[in-house]
Amino acid sequence: MSTVSALGKQHTPLRPARILLHTFLTVTALAWLAPLLWALFAALRPYAETSDKGYVSWPDKLSLDNFTDAFEQSDMLHYFGNTLIIAVPAVLLTLFLSSCVAFYLSRFDFRVNLFLLLVFTAGNLLPQQVIITPLYRMYLLIDLPGITMSGKLYDSALGLVLIHVAFQSGFCAFVLSNYMRSLPHELTEAALVDGASVWRLYWQIVLPLCKPAMAALATLLSIWIYNDFFWAIVLISTGENMPITSALNNLSGQYFTDPNLVAAGALLTAIPTLIVYFVLQRQFVSGLTLGANKG
Amino acid sequence: MTAPTNAGVGTGITSTPGAAAVPPPGSPNDMTTHQKKRPRVPSGHRRLLTRRDRVTLGLMAGVPTILHVALVWLTALASVALAFTTWDGIGFDSIKWVGLHNFSELFSSNPQFWPAVEHNVIWFVVLILVPTPMGLFLAVQLDKKIRFSRVYQTAFFLPVVVSMAVIGFVWQLVYNPDTGLINSLIGANEPGHYIDWIGDPDLNLWAILVAASWRHTGYMMILYLAGLKGVDPSLREATALDGANEWQTFRHVIFPTLRPTNTVVLVVTIIEALRAFDLVFVFNKGAQGTELLSILVTNNIIGESSRIGYGSAIAVVLLVISLAVIIPYLIATFRKERRA
Repeated sequence: MSTVSALGKQHTPLRPARILLHTFLTVTALAWLAPLLWALFAALRPYAETSDKGYVSWPDKLSLDNFTDAFEQSDMLHYFGNTLIIAVPAVLLTLFLSSCVAFYLSRFDFRVNLFLLLVFTAGNLLPQQVIITPLYRMYLLIDLPGITMSGKLYDSALGLVLIHVAFQSGFCAFVLSNYMRSLPHELTEAALVDGASVWRLYWQIVLPLCKPAMAALATLLSIWIYNDFFWAIVLISTGENMPITSALNNLSGQYFTDPNLVAAGALLTAIPTLIVYFVLQRQFVSGLTLGANKG
Repeated sequence: MTAPTNAGVGTGITSTPGAAAVPPPGSPNDMTTHQKKRPRVPSGHRRLLTRRDRVTLGLMAGVPTILHVALVWLTALASVALAFTTWDGIGFDSIKWVGLHNFSELFSSNPQFWPAVEHNVIWFVVLILVPTPMGLFLAVQLDKKIRFSRVYQTAFFLPVVVSMAVIGFVWQLVYNPDTGLINSLIGANEPGHYIDWIGDPDLNLWAILVAASWRHTGYMMILYLAGLKGVDPSLREATALDGANEWQTFRHVIFPTLRPTNTVVLVVTIIEALRAFDLVFVFNKGAQGTELLSILVTNNIIGESSRIGYGSAIAVVLLVISLAVIIPYLIATFRKERRA
C-alpha cells in the first residue's frame, strides 16, 4: 500500500509501517557493516592492549599507529605503485580497444558481427581457471629480453596488462556496442557522405557521444582490475612485482605479525576502491547494470 | 603449442576488413532493427569507404579480436587439447597423448574432485537461496522512495566494491579462533573451547559462504534495483485501484515483470559459483573442506606438482559447465535483441 501512496510525493510521512521499515533497514545495514567496522576497531587498537584485555573490550586508546606501521613496514607504497603501473594502462587500453571493436560491430555489416560479439561476450563470462594453465605456459615461453624485468611475459606488469585487456574487453565491447547502436544512425551516415574518414567518424563523432558509458566502464574497470587477485597470484612470481591486493597475501605472512596489523593492512588496501566508489558511485552502479539489464 | 592454431585464426580475423568493406546499409532501420536478412547495399555508398578506411576498420576490429581470441579462446582450446595429454611442462617432447586417461582418473580416483564439485554446487545453491532473495527483498524495500535510501544502499553495496581477497582478510578477523569477533562474543576463545571456524572441515565451507553471501546480497540488490526501475508505474497504480495489497502486487505484478532480471541473476550466480576462488584461497588455500574446482586447477600451477594434463582436465570440466550456461543465455539474449 505504501508503495502506491509513495508514488505521488517524494517521501511519505512517517507512519508505523515506515518506522518499522526504517528500523529494520538500519539494523540490517549496521549488521552488514559490522565485519568492516570490526576490522576498523581492531586496526585502531594496539596489539598489546588487545592481547591483554581481549578483542571485545573497551578501548583505552585508539590510534592510527597500526596503519602507519603497516604502511611503512611492508613498503605498501611500492605495491600501490605496482598496481598503478598495471591498472592505468590496462583500463585505458581496454576502453580504447573495446570501443574500436564496438564501433565496428555496431556500425558495419552485421552478420559476421553477431558471431564476433558472441565471442567477445562469452569470453568474458568464462571462469579464469579455464584458460590459466595454457596461458601460464605461454607466458613462460614468450621471451621479451630487455622489455620486461623478468625477460619474459611471465612475472611482468606487461603480461598482467595484456590479460586484463583481453579478458575485460569482452564485457566492454558488449556494453559499448549496445550503447553505440542506440545512437542515431544519421549522424555517421551524413558524415560518411560528406567524405569523413572512418577514423574521424569514430574519434570525433561516436566516441564523444559515448562519454557516459565510457565513464561508467572506466570506474568499473578500475575497481575490477585494482581488485584482481587471481591473475597476479598465478602470473607473477616475484613478490616485489605484485600488485597491492595480491601482495597483501604475502605481506600478511611476512610482515604482519598480529591481527591488528593485518586489519590495518587490509583496510589500507581497500581505501582506493572505496574512494573511487564514493566519488563515482553513480557511474559505478550504472556501469554494473549497463551490461546486466540487457538480458 | 598455440602458435599454429593462432596463425589459422589470425588469418580468419584479418579477413574481416573484407567484411568491413560492405558499406553501411541505406536506411537507419536496417542497423537498428536487423530485421532485413540481407542488408540492402546502395552501390553509391561502397565508394564512400576508401581503401584506407577499410584498413582502419580492419585494424579497429582485428587488433582487439586477435588479442581476445589469442589469450582467451585459444588458451581455452589449448586447455581442451592438453586435457588429453600428460605433460610435465618442461619440454614439448614430453607431451604424451593419453586419451581419456586424465578424465577417468579424475572421476574415479581423485579424492578431491567430487568434493570440489559438490562444494561448487553447494556454493551455487546457497547463493541462489539466501543472498539472492535477500537482495531482492532489500531492493523492493529501497525502491519505495524512502528517506536515506542512498545510505542504506551504500551500506549493503560496500562489500561488492572491496576486493574478495580483502574480504577474506576481514572475515578471518571475525572467525579467528582466539581473537575473532564470534568466538570472543560467545566465549569460545579459551583454549580447549575453541570453535575453529577456519580449520574445521565441517564448518569452514559454511563460514566462507557466509562471507560470500554477505557480498552477493549487495550485488543482487543493485541488479534488482535496476530491474525495478524499469517496472511501469501505471501497472502499480492499476493494481492499487483493484485493491491489491503489497504482497499481491509484488507476487502478481512486480515479480513477473522482473523476468529478464531474474535470468541475469541466475546466470551471474552460476558464473560466480564456478569462479569462486579468491575468498577460499585467502581463507585456507582450499584445503580440508573447502576444495573447489578453481582451486584444484590453480594448485596444479602454483603448487609443487605440475601435472598439466590433469589440471587441464579439471579446467575442461569447468569449461563445459560454463558453456552449457553461457551459450543458451547469450543465444536467447541476442535473439531477443534481434526481434526488438
